[in-house]
Amino acid sequence: MRNIYLVLRREYLVRVKKKSFLVMTLLGPLLFVGFYAAVIWVAVGSVDTKTVQVLDESGLFKNEFKDSEALKFEFTTKSLDSAKAEFPAGGANALVYIPANVIKAPKDVRIYAEKNVSMDLKSEIEKVIEKEIEDIKLAEAGITHKILEDSRVNVNSETISLSEGGEKTSSSGAATVIGGICAFLIYMSVFIYGTQVMRGITEEKTSRIVEVIISSVKPFQLMLGKIIGVALVGMTQFVLWILLTTALTSATSAILASNMSKQSAQVAKEMQKTQVPNQALQGNNVDNAVVEVLGAVASLNIPLILGCFLFYYLGGYLLYSALFGAVGAAVDNDADTQQFMLPITLPIIFSFVFAQFVLRDPDGTLAFWTSMIPFTSPIIMMVRIPFGVPAWEIALSMVLLILGFIGTTWIAARIYRVGILMYGKKVSYKELVKWIFYK
Amino acid sequence: MNIIEVRNVTKEYSNHTALSDVSISVPKGCIFGLLGPNGAGKTSLIRIINQITGPDSGEVLFDGVPLNPGHISRIGYLPEERGLYKKMKVGEQLLYLAQLKGLSQKEAMEKLKTWFIKFDIKTWWDKQVADLSKGMQQKVQFVSTVLHEPDLIILDEPFSGFDPINANLIRDEILELKQKGSTIIFSTHRMETVEELCDHIALIHKSRKVLDGPKREIKEQFKTHTYFVEYKGHLDELDAIYQILDQKVLEDGCLRANIQLDGGSSANALLLNLLPKVEIRAFGENIPTMSDIFMKAVNEVPEA
Repeated sequence: MRNIYLVLRREYLVRVKKKSFLVMTLLGPLLFVGFYAAVIWVAVGSVDTKTVQVLDESGLFKNEFKDSEALKFEFTTKSLDSAKAEFPAGGANALVYIPANVIKAPKDVRIYAEKNVSMDLKSEIEKVIEKEIEDIKLAEAGITHKILEDSRVNVNSETISLSEGGEKTSSSGAATVIGGICAFLIYMSVFIYGTQVMRGITEEKTSRIVEVIISSVKPFQLMLGKIIGVALVGMTQFVLWILLTTALTSATSAILASNMSKQSAQVAKEMQKTQVPNQALQGNNVDNAVVEVLGAVASLNIPLILGCFLFYYLGGYLLYSALFGAVGAAVDNDADTQQFMLPITLPIIFSFVFAQFVLRDPDGTLAFWTSMIPFTSPIIMMVRIPFGVPAWEIALSMVLLILGFIGTTWIAARIYRVGILMYGKKVSYKELVKWIFYK
Repeated sequence: MNIIEVRNVTKEYSNHTALSDVSISVPKGCIFGLLGPNGAGKTSLIRIINQITGPDSGEVLFDGVPLNPGHISRIGYLPEERGLYKKMKVGEQLLYLAQLKGLSQKEAMEKLKTWFIKFDIKTWWDKQVADLSKGMQQKVQFVSTVLHEPDLIILDEPFSGFDPINANLIRDEILELKQKGSTIIFSTHRMETVEELCDHIALIHKSRKVLDGPKREIKEQFKTHTYFVEYKGHLDELDAIYQILDQKVLEDGCLRANIQLDGGSSANALLLNLLPKVEIRAFGENIPTMSDIFMKAVNEVPEA
């Protein structure tokens, strides 16, 4: 035990003291927060209002262009030519020309601008015009706008209840997201830290220190110490990331929030001017959405998910890093690892691909079997758990995973033991099998 | 008393036999030369003694007891393929290796201090191994091998990579360790080292032990009963008790001859025989060098 501890302490300290670890630990949250900040910034920043002049010869759209956060509409009654002539000096970003016979010839609508207008602006304007024309045509056919709106709402809510079914509706979105995130984290860490174990072993082999070490430590202890040491490095990094990210995001949110309130106050003023209460409505909607998501998250069994995540994270890592370790021991240098990497990476990649299907059908046959097989269960089970999985299935899958990693560790240790002392020899699969059965 | 007793050890790999029925005894307190051509099985035997691998059959006794994990800390091993963690600092690395051999951090620190002073390498402590020259790395590795004051030190080609000055330094250390009571097993094919340092030798060839015993006895065993004479005058090629094998003219006009003496005659008889005939300037017995013995023993083994 002392030896395992000594080995794992070295593996841990060497990695944690590396500059790259420090850089990654600091950069990770910064990147994450930077991304997060950028998203908010773009969202908030788009308040940069564009003014659109509307020349409506048909007179149908007087009340249809509603000012929004991003767009402000001005109506003009000038002729098209004079409007065009004055446009550059007018300070507007775009000029929309709607001809008198727009209902008959909708294609004659023109948008003039100094530069190309954005797709957003174009589609926004087109949408408004299309809708109005549609309404008018429907009205001609005897259907009022109101009837149409009502029927649309009905259609929508029916779709939701059909596809998601019953009470689960509220949490399935959150379950998908959480399951997906968990699966992705496990997938990434198995790859990143599994390869680190492999590299570490190949390094010991190529630097030839391994013979000195195993004259004091059993190969199995060395392998185990390394695997656990790297696992702890991964955990440390995760914990630091979570702490730093939380600290940074709350700081950024605070800063951005104060910014946002200023801006929304401005927007509110403008809204009062134009007397369109649209923004307030939208705000309410956003609030509702947040409440909904929070409610959905609360409806999930968070302690279970967290516990299972830790278990499957560790289990998956142990299972695969042992195999990665065996590969590291079997080859002479990093370049030769490729041929043995494939059979290890395939199941990981497969489980990640399967995860997409399982997300759609978390209780299907594929989901069940792939969440039992130890090679795919760490990722698949994590996808399923937020949707609710019977306890016996979780228990069985966990037992199988434990057996699985004991199995792979045993096999890996046998290969490792022989492999670390083999130099200058290209190994084949046949030989690897032979090594496993050596005395 | 033997510190290592190898008894009928056989070790087979998938496509070749590394050791077949090898028995060797290493007496306590000696410098033991483990000789043999490349691929003879020396490293396999050393790995078995180090418990890196186990024998297929046979057993190894350490201090009279079958090898067990407790013995690991009593052995220091310098493998032929040297290696250290390149990205680790010298001091940390030595502390780590010492702790793996069972020393506490404090003990290791104290012992390291004396070695660093002795080798005058105090400035290396915080250097990365990758920044040291090959010879310097070898020194560090030597320190790591003997730091825990093992009873048995196994050195595989210890002098390769050292310049003559450092080789001398290491040689003196080895002799000092012997003086302090350690047993040293040398694995080498550099015969001059064996000649100079070893008390006992064993020769392995094609996975079998072909020769072992005290160096003195082995030399005795390999004596060819030949003598050399440097003289002025003339000697007949054949005589009643001797035969001249070859001779050559030296720079000062003297002759040097190798003489094969009859089995029954002594060196004195030969001298008496020669004295009246020629003027003798030098005379001595041809003692076989380790190199001769090595070649002879290896060539005598029939192709397996």
